[in-house]
Amino acid sequence: MTYLPNIVFAIILFCGIGYFAKNVKKLFRNINLGQDVDVSDNKPERWKNMARIALGQSKMVRRPVSGFLHVVVYVGFVIINIEVLEIIIDGLFGTHRIGLSVLPTSVYGFLIGTFEVLACLVFVSVIVFWIRRNVIKIQRFWKSEMTSWPKSDGNIILYFEMVLMSLFLIMNATDLHFQGLNSGNVISQYIAPMFSGLPETTLHFIERSAWWIHIVGILIFLNYLYFSKHLHILLAFPNTFYGKLTPKGQFNNLESVTNEVKLMMDPNADPFAAPAEGDVDEVPAKFGASDVQDLSWVSLLNAYTCTECGRCTSECPANLTGKKLSPRKIMMDTRDRLEEVGKNIDANNGEFKDDGKQLLGDYITNEEIWACTSCNACVEACPVSIDPLSIIIEMRRYLVMEQSAAPTELNNMMTNIENNGAPWPYNQMDRLNWKDEK
Amino acid sequence: MSEQLNVPTMEELMAQGKQPDILFWVGSAGSYDDRAKKITRAFVKILNKANVNFAVLGTEETCTGDVAKRAGNEFLFQMQAMMNIEVLNAYEVKRIVTCDPHSFNCLKNEYPSLGGNYDVLHHTQFIKELIESKKLEIKDGVFNGKRITFHDPCYLGRANSEYDAPRDVLATLNANLLEMKRSKSTALCCGAGGAQMFKDAEKGDKEINELRTEDALKTNPEIIATACPYCMTMMSDGVKVKEKESEITVLDIAELIAQSQGL
Ligand code: SF4
Ligand code: SF4
Repeated sequence: MTYLPNIVFAIILFCGIGYFAKNVKKLFRNINLGQDVDVSDNKPERWKNMARIALGQSKMVRRPVSGFLHVVVYVGFVIINIEVLEIIIDGLFGTHRIGLSVLPTSVYGFLIGTFEVLACLVFVSVIVFWIRRNVIKIQRFWKSEMTSWPKSDGNIILYFEMVLMSLFLIMNATDLHFQGLNSGNVISQYIAPMFSGLPETTLHFIERSAWWIHIVGILIFLNYLYFSKHLHILLAFPNTFYGKLTPKGQFNNLESVTNEVKLMMDPNADPFAAPAEGDVDEVPAKFGASDVQDLSWVSLLNAYTCTECGRCTSECPANLTGKKLSPRKIMMDTRDRLEEVGKNIDANNGEFKDDGKQLLGDYITNEEIWACTSCNACVEACPVSIDPLSIIIEMRRYLVMEQSAAPTELNNMMTNIENNGAPWPYNQMDRLNWKDEK
Repeated sequence: MSEQLNVPTMEELMAQGKQPDILFWVGSAGSYDDRAKKITRAFVKILNKANVNFAVLGTEETCTGDVAKRAGNEFLFQMQAMMNIEVLNAYEVKRIVTCDPHSFNCLKNEYPSLGGNYDVLHHTQFIKELIESKKLEIKDGVFNGKRITFHDPCYLGRANSEYDAPRDVLATLNANLLEMKRSKSTALCCGAGGAQMFKDAEKGDKEINELRTEDALKTNPEIIATACPYCMTMMSDGVKVKEKESEITVLDIAELIAQSQGL
């Protein structure tokens, strides 16, 4: 019987981590539905970006208030999680505060004291975050794509953190032995009096409950990640690693197009020639993207990483002037569609069954796609190196090259380029006229 | 003031067995747009004044294909690119300067993988070079103390991280340079990029160029400086809409420098 709690703990831990692992596998599979791109270049620069942007939060602090609060929560979260190690060992082996038996009391006290201070800071920051979202109603959290689930999601995470931090402090405050040491109870010593007068057994019960709810809460939180924008706490790292390294203005050149253009321009090429060897099994490429599978896997990783902060949208010239386009929505739509495709695959024994839907049209409208000025403000603003513009351009490519569905004015512009080498209907021979005009 | 500009073409130079140090890529806007042509002429005056050994392609130049690419027409872009690369490579062009950040970005970043490798400069970078190498002497006077605000073109700034060259050049004018609240990496687009120049905007509650002009007006400038022919159109229109043409002029950095030289 004395082992019952250990066994229960082991089972809960196993299930918690197991379910998470299952979802991580799904995550990998879904991201791999994207097109292959070579991102094996420039490793040192990639590591540097990851260290600077994800670990160092360099882009977060561009907005000082939210940036600072975020750093507090982030540092607190990471460091307090060291405590989880102790909790797991205690839980599995039935020990109590194993740290005390391996570390000198002063060192242990210093660690827990640090955790307590951080927990308190995190708690306060999270409250401020909540107020910013719900009382001050900062605009970027109240755009049209931030209703229903995304809106609740943002708040649920904040509640989670409030509860977890409180439980940690209550657990310490009601631990008579720990309070008796009077080392490391920097914050909890002020909470302890709230429980004074309660019989020792009740205190013990509260302490145990807080301990259990805390660890179960952490496991639930872990599993909540997959369903939430909070996945960014993990994916920010690979995402900043694989982020774009070339100048922001540089769009990729489609190789499939290059081959065809070369063929067209080569006067010696025989248009009816059989494809060269090695080309035989080449499927005629689809130009651009109309669904998630057409996007690069980095774009799909981007979609899962998006934290819905809306920094991109709040700097988007189209969005600022009331157009439908919102780069955040582009990312959210991509993720939602990707999830839908993933579920479809799960339901059909690993094969995607056409559901008559696609990202372009059912989620993202042409109107949004054409409103973009390709200004890169969204890319620049994103704190985790997401590139919404590349998705927009892939969709334009699909609309133009597969569907010939560009707005009329753009078609005219392109016809002009074809006919006279300029986007306007002027004669090529007049190109140098400016020289002699006034 | 219609003094003759000295604008050799590559073809002419080649016939004389000469090779210029740099090719001036005029671009479609710079060749045909009435307002942008003035920028082109101003820049050529600077080149002439500094005795730069340059040439243009003239009628052999054709659209870079940039705007087709932004609109999603990769075919048209690559066709244009390959035609241009053929011409540029045949003339053994090594260095290119252009007043259009879109051409600059396209030639610099998107041509190499198609076989066009050149050292590409934006005209603000080149002017800076001329000043630093003392080929161009800046005489202050005309713009002393003038209130000038600079609008960063997206394709020079964010797209290619060049925020300093235009500012360094402006700094030589001894003017009162004012930064908009949104500037450099957070500058707001003028609204022309991504092929928007050639179409009406989607439904919204405002035009982007008006919003950007409002940004500029907040600095209470006498001059709005630009460095892109499309920004020029957008900002000029914005100033017109705000009925400020009598108080505020929109000028390209090339024009400012040319005027400061009395050119
Ligand atoms: S690149 Fe497009 S989506 Fe991104 S901020 Fe600019 S206009 Fe908006
Ligand atoms: S794309 Fe980046 S900036 Fe935009 S909402 Fe997502 S995380 Fe925030």
